[in-house]
Amino acid sequence: MQLPIMTNTTNEDGCPTRQYASRPGMTRRSFLRRGTAATGAVAAIAASLSPLRELADTDEFTVANFIQKHYKEMDGQDMAKALERISAQVEKRYDIRPNIRDIKPMDGVEFVYALNLTRCIGCRKCVHACVAENNQSRSPEIQYIRVLEMPRGTNDIEQGNHHYQRATVPSEDHYYMPIQCHQCASPPCVKVCPVEATWQEPDGITVIDYDWCIGCRYCEAACPYWARRFNFSKPSIPNDKINPNMSYLSNRPRSKGVMEKCTFCLHRTREGKMPACLEVCPTGARKFGNILDPDSDVRKILESKRVFVLKQDLGTLPRFFYYFDERDPINEKVPTGTPSGGDA
Amino acid sequence: MSGDTKTLFREYPRFLWRCFQLSFVGDWKYYTWMFFLSVVALFGLNAYAKQFVQGLITTGMTDQVSWALYIANFTYLVGVAAAAVMLVIPVYIYKNKDLHNLVIFGELLAVVAIIMCLLFITADLGRPDRFHHLFLRFNFPMSILTWDVIALNGYLLLNLHICGYLIYCAYNNRRPTRKFYIPFVFVAIVWAISIHTVTAFLYSGLGGRPFWNSAVIAPRFLASAFAAGPALIILTLQVIKASTGYPVSEKAISTLKGIVTVALGINMFLLISEVFTEFYTGTTHAASARYLFFGLHGYSALVPWIWTAIGLNSFALIVLLTPAGKKRWVLNAACVAMIVGIWIEKGMGLIVPAFIPSPLGEIVEYVPTLNEILVCTGIWAFGLLIYTILVRVTIPVLYGELTVDTVYHTDPEKKLKQRQATKEATKEAMKESASVSL
Repeated sequence: MQLPIMTNTTNEDGCPTRQYASRPGMTRRSFLRRGTAATGAVAAIAASLSPLRELADTDEFTVANFIQKHYKEMDGQDMAKALERISAQVEKRYDIRPNIRDIKPMDGVEFVYALNLTRCIGCRKCVHACVAENNQSRSPEIQYIRVLEMPRGTNDIEQGNHHYQRATVPSEDHYYMPIQCHQCASPPCVKVCPVEATWQEPDGITVIDYDWCIGCRYCEAACPYWARRFNFSKPSIPNDKINPNMSYLSNRPRSKGVMEKCTFCLHRTREGKMPACLEVCPTGARKFGNILDPDSDVRKILESKRVFVLKQDLGTLPRFFYYFDERDPINEKVPTGTPSGGDA
Repeated sequence: MSGDTKTLFREYPRFLWRCFQLSFVGDWKYYTWMFFLSVVALFGLNAYAKQFVQGLITTGMTDQVSWALYIANFTYLVGVAAAAVMLVIPVYIYKNKDLHNLVIFGELLAVVAIIMCLLFITADLGRPDRFHHLFLRFNFPMSILTWDVIALNGYLLLNLHICGYLIYCAYNNRRPTRKFYIPFVFVAIVWAISIHTVTAFLYSGLGGRPFWNSAVIAPRFLASAFAAGPALIILTLQVIKASTGYPVSEKAISTLKGIVTVALGINMFLLISEVFTEFYTGTTHAASARYLFFGLHGYSALVPWIWTAIGLNSFALIVLLTPAGKKRWVLNAACVAMIVGIWIEKGMGLIVPAFIPSPLGEIVEYVPTLNEILVCTGIWAFGLLIYTILVRVTIPVLYGELTVDTVYHTDPEKKLKQRQATKEATKEAMKESASVSL
């Protein structure tokens, strides 16, 4: 068999031949054989791609999604359009009309969190209030706050127990350390993002544009506090559990394949409310506020208490501070409680 | 010249078309091999389609171990791509005569390895449909990942140009013009070092992962790449020689063997340096290393892997340093051992343990799923498929059997006749062009 060649050429005897006129390589048999092979190949590729048929009833790959701009490049009109699109999507998916807005940071505000380890009893109410407030996926389960049960006598978090199960908390010989996004002033996660899908806002909150993230998970590898979560599959939230008070940069429902994280409940805190985790805390262990305001709780705590941050040596400059009361908690009656929704 | 150039451009589509046709021509062994690769690649495509629909939940990755098999293979293949430079440096800098007709196979391997790297990265993305966001907001120079995008794609283009130019010149019976490729070759040498350095910086630049946060990562990457890559090339060249009769001299193999031995020795030395620093210091930062080598709090999934890797690499090094390594089958066994050993070292030994324990001290072990493994084998099969095709069409071109003015013969008798006839004519041209070009 010779390959058909579309030009004047010379065969081995030196006679000029015109290959393309007769195409000697192409007989009926070889034509049939090639045809069968080509058909087989196309059929095999089509069969391999058959799972893609399920994409027919998804709303993730629309033109509007594809051409939507980066958060920082949107003008008022673009944002209005985007919010309308997201509202429609939420309504279609969860059968509820959300109140979704783009809430901007306030001037002269830098948010800081302070957590009193003497008071925290490890009830995990903050974990579940956070999930409810921020529309996290219930299956697979995504939680922004991880509470460690720490043996007394150490602050080495590698000794913490992540999965403690107790009928009542606290345990006498432990203390509890909730960890969530520390909203670092020098965030390693922001530095590594290849597409600028995550950044630090003027009020110190690191946010993600869920419609811009490409899901490479470099930020998740970079975060020293394990504060970032990835949507390994399409998040699932029961319709009656949706929080309709949403904002673009915080708790609107996420899609499959993107990162998400704690935003200090910016849709609440930028309007003067407290974060959901603080509001639900039964012991008042959580304090939140504007560090630039000299009268704020957090300012007073940072000025008067012996505060520390986790992994200070990494130079991330967290805005999440831990402190102990000056008193001796072991000889004092600490409030007790029952763990909340451990299996929820 | 301009008219000449015009013909060259006009001829190009026909050249590609003939190469495409030629890729379907071969004996039963070739067909079996290609059929096998196609089937494995299609299984991979099917697995990827499932992942695309359901999300990365189809993999064994979690929020704790958020990079795994895909990134491990990616890292390994960056090394393979960079290793082509171990053929280029001897030929272009030290004017090595034994390797000069073989460099092109190293460069083609680099092209294929980079294509596979890009496929592994794509497979790892949660939203590959948003790939274009890279062009719209490119976080350069802050994100090392953007450096890697430039490094890898640049290296791909450089090698595509060098191989493509030389092969197309041979096809047109032309002597390659030095200024059109020699500068690119030297840029590619530096670039090859950079791709693996930048990839190492991806990991070593993360302060939150003490296991990676070590200055020795980049040198270790290069040393292991310059062992595993040329080892793969040694095996590949023998396959090429056996299946096509393309001349591969004993001296060429022994030069490569020398490179592999030194690189593997340096790699072992760097590993020992790393292990000493981790364990003798005894800080809590060594938790990942302890998990990897001995297990931690009863979890020890990676322990058998790393000791297997160390065993294989030690075996390869000892064999290469002793007279036993002179036997071809022993050399081949050593090459296979270090290819596997270094693959484990990069994946199970370097990527996965950095995530265990998590930054908060939680231990979640990683086990790849079948779907994830199918995607990986699929990408490997696809890479081998492209490499086979590239080699398959390159050799007749270099032999002068497929040129602008010849008919390609598959009949062995005619082929031989043609080979003899063109031998005299092409000898001069091949000699001249080869000594400067390949």
